[in-house]
Amino acid sequence: MQFLSIDTGLFLEKLTMVAVVVFALLGIALYTTFAERKVAGFMQDRYGPNRAGPFGLLQPLADGVKLFFKEELIPLASNRVLFILGPFVAMFTALITGAVVPWGSELEVFGRKVSLTIANPDIGILYVFAVVSLGVFGIMIGGWASNNKFSLLAAIRGASQIISYELAMGLSLIALLMVTGTMSLCDIVQQQMTGSWGGLLGWNIFVQPLGFLIFLTCVFAECNRTPFDLPEAESELNMGYHQEYSSLKLGFFLFAEYVNMIVSSAVVSTLFFGGYDIPFVDEASLAVQIGANLTAILGTLMLLAKIVFFLFLFMWIRWTIPRFRYDQLMQLGWKKLLPLALANMLITGAVILLMNR
Amino acid sequence: MNTSHLLFWFLTALSILSALMMVTSRNPVHSVLWLVLVFFSISGHYILLNAQFLAIVNMIVYAGAIMVLFLFVIMLMNTQSDAEPHHGNRMRLAGTLAGGSLLLVLVAALRESELRSLQVSAPEGNIGLVARLGSILFTDYVVPFELSSVLFLSAMVGAVMIGKRH
Repeated sequence: MQFLSIDTGLFLEKLTMVAVVVFALLGIALYTTFAERKVAGFMQDRYGPNRAGPFGLLQPLADGVKLFFKEELIPLASNRVLFILGPFVAMFTALITGAVVPWGSELEVFGRKVSLTIANPDIGILYVFAVVSLGVFGIMIGGWASNNKFSLLAAIRGASQIISYELAMGLSLIALLMVTGTMSLCDIVQQQMTGSWGGLLGWNIFVQPLGFLIFLTCVFAECNRTPFDLPEAESELNMGYHQEYSSLKLGFFLFAEYVNMIVSSAVVSTLFFGGYDIPFVDEASLAVQIGANLTAILGTLMLLAKIVFFLFLFMWIRWTIPRFRYDQLMQLGWKKLLPLALANMLITGAVILLMNR
Repeated sequence: MNTSHLLFWFLTALSILSALMMVTSRNPVHSVLWLVLVFFSISGHYILLNAQFLAIVNMIVYAGAIMVLFLFVIMLMNTQSDAEPHHGNRMRLAGTLAGGSLLLVLVAALRESELRSLQVSAPEGNIGLVARLGSILFTDYVVPFELSSVLFLSAMVGAVMIGKRH
C-alpha cells in the first residue's frame, strides 16, 4: 500500500510506536510521582500516601483530578501567549527524546519486522543532545512570561545551570563516542550485547566509568533534580519558575520533570548499561529457545527494570543529599566536572591510539 | 508530488513565514522565538537534503545555544516600549532604502547564478552523514578546519578576557 510514496504499513507501525511510547512515558511518569512520595516516606520513616485506593495506588489519579479542577489563573501582567506556550514546550521537549531511544530489538507482527525504536538516525546521540539544549526554552519562556521577579530569576538560574552542565555532558559523551565509533543508539546497544557474561562485560560502564559518573551528574543537573534543583529552590525563590502557574499548566511543568527523568534514565541505561541487553544471557540463543518475540519483550522489560533502578536512584539522592548553593553548583560544573571530562576524553583518546598500535 | 515535495513546500512556507514574523514582531522575545522556528525549519531542509549532521548541529548551536543567550540578554534588559528610543520617519526611510537595496543586490546576484539550473538530488548521497563528513574534514579540508578551530579558540579567549573583572 502506497500513499504519497509512503509505505502505509511503516507509517501505521511508527504511529503506533509513537502513541505507545508517549502514553507509556506519561503513564510511568504518573506513577513515578507516586513512587517519589512513597520513597520519600520510606526514607523519612513514615507511610507516604496510603489513603486513596489500596496502598494509596489511586493517589496519582487523585492528584491529577485535583490539578484539573483547580482554578486556572493567568496573571494580568503576563505575556498571555508565551505564558501558555511555556508548559507545552517543556512537555514537548521532554517527550520527543523518546523518539531515538531503542526500547527493544524487533517484534514480528503479522509477518512484518517491527523495530521497537521509533527512529534510528545516524546521529542519535546528537539528537538527544539537541533536545536537551532545547529543554531550556520551556523554563525560560514560562519564567519570563509570568512577569514575576522570582520566576524570572529561577528561569535564568535554570537556564544557566543547564547550559553549564551541557558542556561536561557533551565532553563525557565524546569520550564514549570515541570508544563506540558510532552515534546511533541502536548500534551502541548492539555493540554492548557482545562480550563475555552474556554481554555484561561489554557494557560501556566498564569502559567509561568516569564518563558515566560525569554523565549521570550532568543528567541530574539537566533534570533540575536535587541536589541541583536550584530553579525550584523554594526557600529562596518562593517556588521557582512556575510560581505563577496553576491548574494543569503547573501540572505540565511538574510532569515534564518526571518525563525528563524517565527519558534520561532510559538514555543512561542505553548508553552505559546495555539498553535492552539482558545480563548473563545470550539473546541469540535465547531467541532460538523461546522465540524472538518473547526475547524482545523480555529485553524491553529489562530496559524498564534499568529505568526503574535509575528512577529510584534519582529519588534516593533527592531525599538524602541537601541542595547545593548556587556558587557551589557553578564551581562543580565549570571547575571540576569540565576539566574531569576533558581529562577523561584525552585519556580515552590516548588509550585508543595505543591499543590500535 | 511526493512526500519530499510536500515537506519541502511546508518547510519553505514555515521558514519564510516565521522569518517575516521575526522581523515584524514588536516584542523582542517573540522575535527570538520566531527565529528559533526559522532555525528549526532550516534544519528540516537540511534533513531533506540528507545532511543530518548539519541539521542537528544547526539546532544545537543556533537554536540551543545562541538563541538561549539572546533570550538571556533580552530578558534581563528592560524592553518596555516607552523606554525605547523613538525612531523618526527619516530613520524608517533610511532603513527601508538600505534593506531594499540589499534585497535588490541579492536578487540580482542570484538571478545570474547557476542556482536555477542546479538539480538537487534529494535524499541521495551520504556526504551529510557523520562518518563521511568527518573523514572529509580531516583529510581534504584539515587546514581550514584547524584554522577555524584556532579562530574559535581566540574568540573564546577574547570573551573570557572581556568578561574578566579588572
